[in-house]
Amino acid sequence: MNENHVVLITGTRKGIGRYLAEYYVKKGLQVIGCSRKPVDYELRNYQHFCLDVSDEVKVKQMFAEIRKVYNRLDVLINNAGIASMNHFLLTPLRTVREILNTNFVGTFLFCREAAKLMKKNDYGRIVNFTTVATSLKLEGEAAYAASKAAVENLTQILAKELAEFGITVNAVGLAPVRTDLIRSVPQEKLEELISHQTIRRFGEFRDISNVVDFFLWPKSDFITGQIIYLGGIN
Amino acid sequence: MTPAGRVEKIIQAIFRAVDEVNQELPEGQRLKKSLDTVLFGRSGVLDSLGLVNLIVAAEEKIEEEFGSTITIADERAMSQKNSPFRTIGTLVDYVSSLLEENE
Repeated sequence: MNENHVVLITGTRKGIGRYLAEYYVKKGLQVIGCSRKPVDYELRNYQHFCLDVSDEVKVKQMFAEIRKVYNRLDVLINNAGIASMNHFLLTPLRTVREILNTNFVGTFLFCREAAKLMKKNDYGRIVNFTTVATSLKLEGEAAYAASKAAVENLTQILAKELAEFGITVNAVGLAPVRTDLIRSVPQEKLEELISHQTIRRFGEFRDISNVVDFFLWPKSDFITGQIIYLGGIN
Repeated sequence: MTPAGRVEKIIQAIFRAVDEVNQELPEGQRLKKSLDTVLFGRSGVLDSLGLVNLIVAAEEKIEEEFGSTITIADERAMSQKNSPFRTIGTLVDYVSSLLEENE
C-alpha cells in the first residue's frame, strides 16, 4: 500500500469498522468511512459519510464525491453488517429483508461502484466480510448465514469478472469477536460455537486486520476469490 | 437550459466517454463520434466488455456535466425490447429520459 492510497471502509461508527479506520489512518492512508449515524470521533485523514449502505442514490452520491475529491479508490473493505439470532420459524420477514439489505445488497452496491472507480487505475483490492456461521451452517442463524453465503458467492464471481481490471476480491470469515453484533447471543451458544474452531478462543481485532493486510499486500496480486476463515474453520 | 441545449450537452458528454474508451481500443476498432454509430450487436463495434466500459465512462461524464448521479444500466434499460445501448443516438435518448426523471 502506498501513502496516496485511498481506503473505503463501511460501518465505521463502532466495533471492527472503527478499529480498521483507525488502523489504516495510523498506517498513513487516506480513509473514508460510512455508517447510518454520525461518528463520535475525529481522525486525521479520515472523511465520514452518513448513509444506509443499501441506499443506491446516497451511495452513488458518495462515490461521486470520492471521485471528485480523490479521483481514485484503491481499497474497499465491506465491513458493515447486521445479524439476528432466531429460530427459523420465529424469524420475522422484516428482519430477513434488513439483514439481506445491509449484508448482501450493501456489499453488492459498494463493490459495483468501487470497481467503476478502481478500474480507472487498473488496480483495486476489495475485501468482503463473511462469517464462520456460513461454513458451519449454524442453527439459529439462517438469515445471517445465508446472507453471508451470498456474499461469499458474490466475492468469488466478482473475482472472475473484475480480474481483468486488476481488481482482486477476497473475503475474511469472522469467528466470534466481542462486538455489539454478538451482544445478544447467549454465552453458552458462543462457547459452543468456539468449540467448533480449531483454535478455541474469541477472535481479536488484530486477527481481522492481519488477514485484511494479507489481501492488501502488493505481493498478493495473485490472490483472488479466496475466503479465509479465522480460528481454523473450513 | 433548453431541451435542445441539454441534449447537446449529453451528446458531448457521451462523446467524451467515447474518447476515453477509444484510447483502449486498437485503431481499426475505434468508435466514430456519430449518433448513428452502432455500439453493440451484429454490426456493432464493441464487445460486451467494451460496452461495459462505455456505459461506466458515460455515467461518469454525465455525472460531471450535470452534477446528477444516474444508473444507465437500470432495470428498464435491461428489459427494453429495443436496447438503449444499440447506437450512440439511442443511448443519448435514454440518458436524456433518465435526467428528466431526476429533475
